[in-house]
Amino acid sequence: MNLTLKIWRQNGSQDKGKMVDYQVSDISENMSFLEMMDVLNEQIINEGGEPVAFDHDCREGICGMCSMHINGEPHGPDKGITTCQLHMRSFKDGDTITIEPFRAKAFPVIKDLMVDRSSFERIQQAGGYISVNTSGNTQDANSIPIDKHAADMAMDSATCIGCGACVASCKNASAMLFVGAKVSQYALLPQGQVEAVDRVKNMVAQMDLEGFGNCTNTGACEVECPKGISLENIARLNSEFFKANVKG
Amino acid sequence: MSGFFNSSIGRKYAMALSAFFLMIFIVQHFAINILSVFSPDAFNEISHFMGTNPLVQFGLQPILLFGVVFHFVMGFILEIRNRNARAVKYAQYNGAANSTWMSRNMIWSGGFILIFLVIHFIDFWFPEINTKFIQGDMSGLLADGEGYRYYEELTHKFAPLWRVALYCVGFIFLSLHLLHGFSSAFQSVGANNKYTRGLKGFGKAYAIIIPLGFIFIALFHHFNH
Repeated sequence: MNLTLKIWRQNGSQDKGKMVDYQVSDISENMSFLEMMDVLNEQIINEGGEPVAFDHDCREGICGMCSMHINGEPHGPDKGITTCQLHMRSFKDGDTITIEPFRAKAFPVIKDLMVDRSSFERIQQAGGYISVNTSGNTQDANSIPIDKHAADMAMDSATCIGCGACVASCKNASAMLFVGAKVSQYALLPQGQVEAVDRVKNMVAQMDLEGFGNCTNTGACEVECPKGISLENIARLNSEFFKANVKG
Repeated sequence: MSGFFNSSIGRKYAMALSAFFLMIFIVQHFAINILSVFSPDAFNEISHFMGTNPLVQFGLQPILLFGVVFHFVMGFILEIRNRNARAVKYAQYNGAANSTWMSRNMIWSGGFILIFLVIHFIDFWFPEINTKFIQGDMSGLLADGEGYRYYEELTHKFAPLWRVALYCVGFIFLSLHLLHGFSSAFQSVGANNKYTRGLKGFGKAYAIIIPLGFIFIALFHHFNH
């Protein structure tokens, strides 16, 4: 298939950036979206140009690195997938595809389609963990009985890969689905209770410090999340934060 | 708890709590107004009670005004902050693919409701305050002293078609606002559980029935007087 690509080009974080049009031809519908981008980059390099910078790593929907905003949606038009799992069969011959980086003040553009998502890491570092003594006397986690339903829900929350699609899709650039998932995965388990108060307070404080917007419950994040993280996680974040503030 | 209300989540709670208060008030307002359709006397009696009872006038009314002002001011503040969270806009943003129009445009439906409220206050609230607290007439009686004035004033206001049309548009925006706002308020205070589906259904019914009822009242008085 032959396609017109409108791609955001930005040479570094200080550059203003602009949309640039490219034509690609003979694209197989069996190619992944990233393979199509590889073809484009090869074409650009052969013409003596600067290839389009974009994030990618595992290319099997696990790492959460690929971060493109395609035709107005993070990870493209298909639901429950990352960009690397998007295939060209989702498009038609002659289509124009608009490709932009994830847009948020807390996700500054590094170059072209690559954004700096280290704000997510700083939120995790603020409290997204449990402190475990690893001096050699570590207790076996299975020695603590855990309700199967709670364990399943915690696992569902823990499947968040921190790709940032929630932020990208949210009209407010809110990170509450991500933070909700990271808080929930511990809030649902007994191991997470010891540091529960500090965890949620510190993670929310860091989230606010990073400049993410405020959730208005549109539900866009839930729809666009490649791992199906539900809005229940945001509700749990809200109630955990309230309880933590009541406790002091 | 002061730190709580300075946080993003604390502001969500504050918005939701003021929304709960306003949603309860709307039911009370509707319950009184619908009486005007069935019993002008009952409407007059309750209107006089609400308009002259010190607890309502000097206790509940200031709380209501604070709730209204707070909800609007906080809504606009949050909208500005949220817009600042994305400095560069998308060239293409397909919001319809993942969210409802109502949820994405709460600021617009809220803005139109604010305009409607200003008109509503000019029509009813300011004249009422003028009569009672500036002119000092707390009797609630018509100029000729033949019965209460409330029902007469209501039907008189809905005589012009332009005002009825304006009120209908205002209630449509109220409905659009509530279609997202009702369930959103519960989500904001952390209530998302096995009752959520039922609550969303109830919220949709509330968001349609109450504004539709207000529209009915306006049309009823226009066409019957």
